[in-house]
Amino acid sequence: MTLEENPTLMLGTQSQDPSSDTPLRKPWDFDPKMRVSNLNFHYGSHQALFDISLEIPKNRVTALIGPSGCGKSTFLRTLNRMYETVRHARAEGEVLLDEENILRMDVVQLRRRVGMLFQKSNPFPKSIFDNVAYGLRVNAHLNRAALRDAVEQSLRRAALWDEVKDHLHKSAYALSGGQQQRLCIARALAVNPEVLLLDEPCSALDPIATAKIEELLFTLKDNCTIVIVTHNMQQAARVAEYTGFFLLGKLIEFDRTKVVFTNPSKKQTEDYITGRFG
Amino acid sequence: MSFHSYWRKAVNSLMFSLTALCALATVSVLFFILGYLVWNGARSINWDFFTQLPKPVGEPGGGMANAITGSARLVLLASLIGVPVGFVGGIYLAEFGGRRYSFLIRYTADLLNGVPSIVIGIFAYAVVVVPMKRFSTLAGALALSVMIVPITVRSTEQFLRAVPHSLREGALALGASKCRTVVTVVIPAAIRGVLTGVILGVARVAAETAPLLFTSFNNRYWSQGWDQPAASLPVMIFTYAIAPYDDWHRQAWAAGLVLLGLMLLANVTARLVLSPKAARGS
Repeated sequence: MTLEENPTLMLGTQSQDPSSDTPLRKPWDFDPKMRVSNLNFHYGSHQALFDISLEIPKNRVTALIGPSGCGKSTFLRTLNRMYETVRHARAEGEVLLDEENILRMDVVQLRRRVGMLFQKSNPFPKSIFDNVAYGLRVNAHLNRAALRDAVEQSLRRAALWDEVKDHLHKSAYALSGGQQQRLCIARALAVNPEVLLLDEPCSALDPIATAKIEELLFTLKDNCTIVIVTHNMQQAARVAEYTGFFLLGKLIEFDRTKVVFTNPSKKQTEDYITGRFG
Repeated sequence: MSFHSYWRKAVNSLMFSLTALCALATVSVLFFILGYLVWNGARSINWDFFTQLPKPVGEPGGGMANAITGSARLVLLASLIGVPVGFVGGIYLAEFGGRRYSFLIRYTADLLNGVPSIVIGIFAYAVVVVPMKRFSTLAGALALSVMIVPITVRSTEQFLRAVPHSLREGALALGASKCRTVVTVVIPAAIRGVLTGVILGVARVAAETAPLLFTSFNNRYWSQGWDQPAASLPVMIFTYAIAPYDDWHRQAWAAGLVLLGLMLLANVTARLVLSPKAARGS
């Protein structure tokens, strides 16, 4: 879509810099796991994302930052098509997961490969064991022993096993907030997702619980591509190798985290990072 | 103090007394009814009431054993028909219905809820009693089930909607289909609330008299089958209370007390089902 066809694309672009509307080219090399090109997203008549093009590096942590309402969560929700639970929401463009366009994929298959963790931990009102086993029971038909092993392994990967191994059959609601969020990570890991999307996973947690989850991300990326939306710029700087900056539904800048935070190429990025707005 | 602050305080105490008085009036009416019923019912109730059939007219004593089982059979059959229909309908409304159809069904359910029970009785009379050419438990149960359906629909819908959206998203994000999400996450999370609503609804319907007057009618003996007339507690109270015999009046009071006791039991059961303590268990 060009500017002539859709003048609304101009909205929100304060910069007169002509290069700001050219597709973002990467000056570095990585193996992309997901490739988004020309993604436009609408809630009914309201356009939330404008022409987003972005590559998500494989087995790396990518952070998406930006002020509230800038579209970063919406973007995250297109990656596993979670937006479909909202009426009249629609996405146009191309989102490739290993060369396959997810917008045309079977949604159940997609979500088995692209897991998601939400802002507020959302354990099911079931036991700890049943929570972790849920995805396995839905997706795979394991026997009892295999199921036990898989649950244990997932809880170990989420660094929760030692805390819960003696009361696996207690309600998940008996856990603390940080433990509940790690339980949700274990639940997502149980189905071995290739990509894990995290939507501000630490915004309701205290610093200690946050540190535990950030530590976890470092170990998880060996087997998993991670995309994290965060309000907390320090967090993005700590955990992510790559960072994308969103503003008013547009991807302003995408680069290595170090570059985005120390030497951003766009004025808006710099203003946001130095706290001049947002 | 100025006149204004006296005036303000006077208005305040007046309004306070007024609200307290109205609250007291509300509560005292309930306790007056309860007390009167217990006073009269407790004097008349005895073991025979639960075990004996009604005695022939003019002979004192006897009981309403047939009406108690009759009511139980009516409510059981009505629930078997009405609760599943209402439950599944409620699931459709809360989870799968589009906006237009949901509105239509919700509105219809509310209208059905507001239809006078005697009209539902006439309906059951026309579609069951007239073709079968006799009063029956079946006809009475059908009338009651028509009343149970909208209550169950609305209660199911309300409690399913109260399940946080985040739980649905959690299950969907794990690759569960919509249907699977509803069955394995949403319904289990809501089931206690739904059950409570259904128990209270069924208890209310169990005390209905009007739809039974010309459907299950009445019977002075044990009902001979589902297709035969049957006694029920509400109709028994109606018949006995307007009869010119003191002993029948006594038994009507006793039946009223029993009916009230059953309602109370249903209420307590429902509260227990809903208690957070029970929800935490397992």
